[in-house]
Order: sequence, then C-alpha cells, then structure tokens
Amino acid sequence: MKPRLPADWVFYLCLSILGGSYVVLIVAMIAADLFFTTPDHLLDALNKPQIRYAIKLSLISCTITTILSLWVGVPMGYLLARTNFWGKTSIDTVLDIPIVLPPLVIGLSLLILFQTWPGQFFEKNIFGVTFQIPSVILAQFSVSAAFAVRTMRVTFEQISPRTEQVAMTLGCTRAQAFWRVALPAARRGLLTAATLSWARALGEFGPILIFSGATHMRTEVLSTTVWLEFSIGNLEAGIAVSLLMIAAAVVVLILTRTLGLRGTGLV
Amino acid sequence: MIDVDHLCLQQGDFRLDDLSLHVPKGKYALLMGTTGCGKTTVLEAIAGLRTFASGRIQLNEHDATYLSPAERNIGYVPQDGALFQTMTVRDNLGFALSIRGQPAAAIKERVEQLAEWLHIARLLERRAVGLSGGETQRIALGRALANHPPVLLMDEPLSSLDEETRDRMIELLKELPRREKVTVLHVTHSRHEADQLGDFIFRLRDGRVEVIKADGIASQNITELRS
Repeated sequence: MKPRLPADWVFYLCLSILGGSYVVLIVAMIAADLFFTTPDHLLDALNKPQIRYAIKLSLISCTITTILSLWVGVPMGYLLARTNFWGKTSIDTVLDIPIVLPPLVIGLSLLILFQTWPGQFFEKNIFGVTFQIPSVILAQFSVSAAFAVRTMRVTFEQISPRTEQVAMTLGCTRAQAFWRVALPAARRGLLTAATLSWARALGEFGPILIFSGATHMRTEVLSTTVWLEFSIGNLEAGIAVSLLMIAAAVVVLILTRTLGLRGTGLV
Repeated sequence: MIDVDHLCLQQGDFRLDDLSLHVPKGKYALLMGTTGCGKTTVLEAIAGLRTFASGRIQLNEHDATYLSPAERNIGYVPQDGALFQTMTVRDNLGFALSIRGQPAAAIKERVEQLAEWLHIARLLERRAVGLSGGETQRIALGRALANHPPVLLMDEPLSSLDEETRDRMIELLKELPRREKVTVLHVTHSRHEADQLGDFIFRLRDGRVEVIKADGIASQNITELRS
C-alpha cells in the first residue's frame, strides 16, 4: 500500500481531535461518577426498598414501552417506507413532534389529554392512568415510539422491495411477503429500534415527573429517583442510582449489538 | 404461452402504447432493446408487479390481466437475483413449495433435483450471502422454477456475469424449455444471448415491438439488427 502523505496524517489528526473530544467528555463524565461514589454508596442505595422498587418498575415499564413502540413502529415505518398516500408528509411531520418537543411539554400535554372528556371517560370506565403506573408507560411510550418509527422507516427503506416482489411471484400475498421476507431482513433494524426505545424510556424524566408524579413506591422510576435523592441533598445515592442506569444501558447496548450481529459472520 | 395484447402503460414521462407480443407454449423468446426503452417495465407488467392503463395479458391460455402476482403461477428472475439473504440456499430454492404447504419430502426432492442440475448442491446449507454472480443467478433460476411454473420471466439474468460464466449459463438456459416444459421470456440487450437462445426475438423500440425472429425464422429485420 502506498504510504500516506504527511498532509493526510494532519487531516486525520484534526478529525480525531474534533471527534475524539466528544468521546473524552462521555468517558470523563462516567469516570467522575465512578470516582465520586464508593461500593458502600451503591450497596446503601440497593438496600433502600424505594430504590429497589424504582429499579423493578423501570425494568418492567421500559420493556413494556419497547414492545409497544415496536408494535406501532414496525407498521408505521413500513407504510412510510413502502407506500405513498395522501397526507404522508403531514403524518411524517407529526411523528417528529415528540422528538423535537421539550419533554415537559409532552408530560403536560398528556396530563391535559386525560382532563378532556374522552380521557376522563377512559379513566373512569377502563382503568386509571394519571399519577399511576400506566402513566409511566404512556409517558415513556409517547417519546420512545417516535424513535422506533424513525428507525424502522430507515430500515425498510434500506431493504430492496425487489425481494418482496419476488416472494409475491413465488406465491406469497403481500402480508406473507412482509412476514417471511421483509421482517426477517429487518431484524437488525428491529434490534436497533428496540435498543433505542428501551434506552430512551429508561432516561425519560420530564413527562413522567409531570404526568405520573414522583411518589415513592408508586410511580418512582430510576430517573425520578436520581432527582428525588438530589433534591433532598443525598448526592451519593443519586450518583449510585445514576451508575446503575449507566450499567443497565451499557448491558442492553452490548447485548443487542451482539445478538444483532449474530449470524452475520461479524461475531 | 405468453400473450400480451394492446398493452398501454404510463409511468411519469415514460409511455408504452398498444404493445403486443405472443410467445407460443414451450418456446424461448427474447425481448431486446436499448437501456431505458421499457423492457423491464413490460416484464413487470406481465409478472403483475406493475399496473397498466389498458390491454390484456394471457398466460398459459388463462386471462391473467387482473390476477395478483401469486395467482399468475410464473417464475420470475430479476436482474440482481434478489435472493432471500436471511435464508439458506436450500430454503430459497424451496420457498415457492413451502409457501404452498408442500410436504417436506417433496420439497427436499425437488430442491435437490434443481441443485444437481444447476450445480449448486454444495451451496445448499449456506446462507444466501457472499455468493458469486453466477451462483446467485443459478439459485434465482432454481427458486423461480421450483414450483414448475408454465411461464418463466427473466430480466437480464446474464448481464453481470463474466464471459465464461455467461457461456455456462447459456448452456443451462438452452435446456430450459425442454427440461422444465416452460415458456420463457428473457429480457436482454445482448445480441449474443439473443442469437444463442431465442426461438423468438422481439425488439422494443419507440414503444413498439418489432418481431426480429419468429419460431427460428429470421425476419428481414435481423439483418438490420446485426448491422
């Protein structure tokens, strides 16, 4: 291979410095958390029943949110990628709203929604939502689903429709071609959408605070625990819970990336 | 038998008017034309993958004009092969049979018969990724033929192959009508392929079909084509 010219090295060095500064910031933040806390702080936090409850509720609500996000993300992503219909641009814009809106506004909007008569009817006749566990899931879902839709749309756009067309000439209906050909081909995108939804749900705070409140042993999730501990001056517990959230996020990222690459010959 | 009568279709600025062609049962026909003249569009319309304004399509003596691609009972080989990359080569070959709920033993027998003929038996258990152009096209051909379709449509199946692989594929394709009892419409821009394979040769030019060779007999136009 031809040796690179010195000018190339300068170019790559500049890119590395500019891009690497962000990596350094992330690592420095995590390192600061690690140095601030001790194993005792972590154990103390884990021994608190309200924190154990928050961990349990976070894990359950994030998983339900992820399933619901994929439930709407896959069909909507497929429709946007494969079909043209009247109002598509408007729907596309609407789907971006949860991504760009301030989280507090989403929480406030959900709260107002359940003050309207359909919301009140739902709460009285089906099940209670506001300031209860379903509100946590709905608040997380309102934001996470938008990321799932975006990811699945890009995934289906990158898969050639030609394979589905071939499947239809081989005897499939469009639905069979979707289930047997398009969806298996989209599995890495599905895992990415699931990871993004789960991680986004875990970090959701603003909508939950407004729509669900921050009540110990009721609607407290890990993100609200950090805020509750911080607000009473217990910084050690707040940092310990933050580290638990970082660890959970890293585990999910590693798991999904490994599972997503399995069978591709890359792992 | 493939019978296209007075087909009219429009897509954006592209327009085909009153296009007709007839390929008798068991014959091998080639549809030639320059890039962008609409060869693939015609093939997709016959396969049911593209809507058209008017006209009639008959396949194997049945009116297929309003049938879905699945109901037309055709084999279709696209230019890039479009293999199902999440499946093994065996599952690709057996796809049309498994979707119809054929017994596993019948699928296995047909897949192995096709694999032997197409010289892809050693690839059967491999996932359909990282294959050469020739392997991809042979698998796509086998997958299209698995359910014994009476009509086979191929879109430039040899265009991305090197000369040696293409010559081997041509030898396989020559056996097709007799071996699989299938009527073939093969889209190409290669004069060499047309001369080697076609009982019938059509040329698509300015939205019209000219018959260059019919049942082995060259019309006067073949001289123009060669020149």
